[in-house]
Amino acid sequence: MLKYALKRILFMIPLLLGITVICFFVMRLAPGSPVDLETQMNPKSSLEMKERLKTLYELDKPIHQQYWSWLKKLGHGDLGISFASDHRPVTAKILERLPITILLEFLSLLIIVAIAIPIGVLSAVHQDSLFDKITGIVVFIGFAVPTFWLALLMMIFFGIHLGWLPISGLRSLNYEYMTPWAQFVDLARHLVLPVFISAFGGLAGLSRYMRANMLEVIRQDYIMTARAKGLSERDVIYKHALRNALLPAITILGLSIPGLIGGSVIFETIFAIPGMGQLFYMAVMARDYPTVMGILLIGAILTLVGNLIADVSYAVADPRIRIS
Amino acid sequence: MNFWETFYKNKLALTGSGIVLLLFLLSLFAPWIAPYDPGQIDLKNVLASPSLSHLFGTDQLGRDVLSRMVWGARISLKVGFAATGVAILIGTLLGAAAGYYGGWTDSAIMRFVDIMLCFPTFFLILAVIAFLEPSIWNIMIIIGLTGWMGVTRLVRADFISLRERDFVQAARSIGAGDLRIIFLHILPNAMASILVAATLGIAGAILTESALSFLGIGVQPPTPSWGNILTAGKDNIDIAWWLSLYPGLAILITVVGYNLLGEGIRDSLDPRLKK
Repeated sequence: MLKYALKRILFMIPLLLGITVICFFVMRLAPGSPVDLETQMNPKSSLEMKERLKTLYELDKPIHQQYWSWLKKLGHGDLGISFASDHRPVTAKILERLPITILLEFLSLLIIVAIAIPIGVLSAVHQDSLFDKITGIVVFIGFAVPTFWLALLMMIFFGIHLGWLPISGLRSLNYEYMTPWAQFVDLARHLVLPVFISAFGGLAGLSRYMRANMLEVIRQDYIMTARAKGLSERDVIYKHALRNALLPAITILGLSIPGLIGGSVIFETIFAIPGMGQLFYMAVMARDYPTVMGILLIGAILTLVGNLIADVSYAVADPRIRIS
Repeated sequence: MNFWETFYKNKLALTGSGIVLLLFLLSLFAPWIAPYDPGQIDLKNVLASPSLSHLFGTDQLGRDVLSRMVWGARISLKVGFAATGVAILIGTLLGAAAGYYGGWTDSAIMRFVDIMLCFPTFFLILAVIAFLEPSIWNIMIIIGLTGWMGVTRLVRADFISLRERDFVQAARSIGAGDLRIIFLHILPNAMASILVAATLGIAGAILTESALSFLGIGVQPPTPSWGNILTAGKDNIDIAWWLSLYPGLAILITVVGYNLLGEGIRDSLDPRLKK
């Protein structure tokens, strides 16, 4: 097991290097040097900023040297200083916002698992039933719904029309004066809509996948064997079939991570949540390049780590993976 | 049964083609269909709720929402097709090279795909936009540049399964060159799955464009797009629900249309894939 995990981690190294190369070259996609771009397109730019850009990316040196010294700084966790008026290190800015985003993504993953798996399994077990048909339509529409639009509708309905839920931020204004329990309830109420919206994108995919997977497992020989032994249908489905259908879902969850992280820009901006996605959006709008590059890199690394966790837990759950 | 017979019997696929056809007509005849000039500002009639004179109401500058949506259909169609075109072109070329040549060409291309897939697509798009100006042309190209990986995998798989077939061997034995075999012999056989990917890709590109425009980094006002009408919806969320409801519904119906069409084509091309 350890050997498998180590092997996976070693595989990550070339990917990680590739990620840094792409991040580095995204900046070069811009026509001309980033310094010129800065002065042409950003009216707020000044000579001082131009100089800082120049020293930050060491633009007077050959490109491979620029990349190398950027990489060395990365190794020390140094992502440069933000261009925003606070002049703080990018690493610190990201780190203080990362826990919020990770908490939201984690809760969304839990919601996705809790809703999508039962739906997928039930519609496979009762194939072509009314339930299956209705969830099929809902899932199909779910693929097509723009999540930011759904967010707006839910804000209008639950936030403004019914007035049940807050629609902005993570805390109420009087949060400081609340009892710990009231603080928890307040936070939870603020989280309902963002977490649901963030989970929504993954729901359709996973439930459809679970259904297909379950249908395939039910047709296997060992299921027929289990039925032939005279096991109850309940045991056949929920003990024999479900376990085998659940395993590959771990990989799908891993694959849904980049979508969740990418979506954080949208829902954190809509709901004014002070997470990494919102920081990214603000950095893009302000052309705060060091922050943009830093978050792009962190987003990719988070995806990589998420996939690693998915792969390793899949291997823990299924010995066939470790051996082959 | 041939393709058209199967397709014709598939009610969902027909619905999808109906929606797509309607959108084409809407974009083509936008100037005649839209009841008002989409840019006509009417400050006496700001944020008017839906009525007989303005079926979908007016926006914060008094412009007719229905007219802006009709013109927005044109934008989303343009972006959807152009972005998907870019993605299909890159994906097909790289996938064909990887699948046909195999070996280190294949490894290099597929590792590149793996690396690109590590980036949350939306992050990559936003980062590139931070360095370029957000404009409709840049949006098309950037969405395309970040969306070709799936197509590459698909085309590569098709090429691998086709490259050793008899008809390819036959072409090779009479002295056809690599390029001739790739483009004239194998590619036509891979067109089916590319067509399906393209149809579904248009839906995805339209969704992405609307999200970008909603965030204010896609199609820039005053050019109307469904996404930037929704931005006005968010700004006036407590007073003007119609600004939020209708453009989103248009996006939803459009994406459903392309998805139905795509799945319909897939089912008709290969009935075995039918679920």
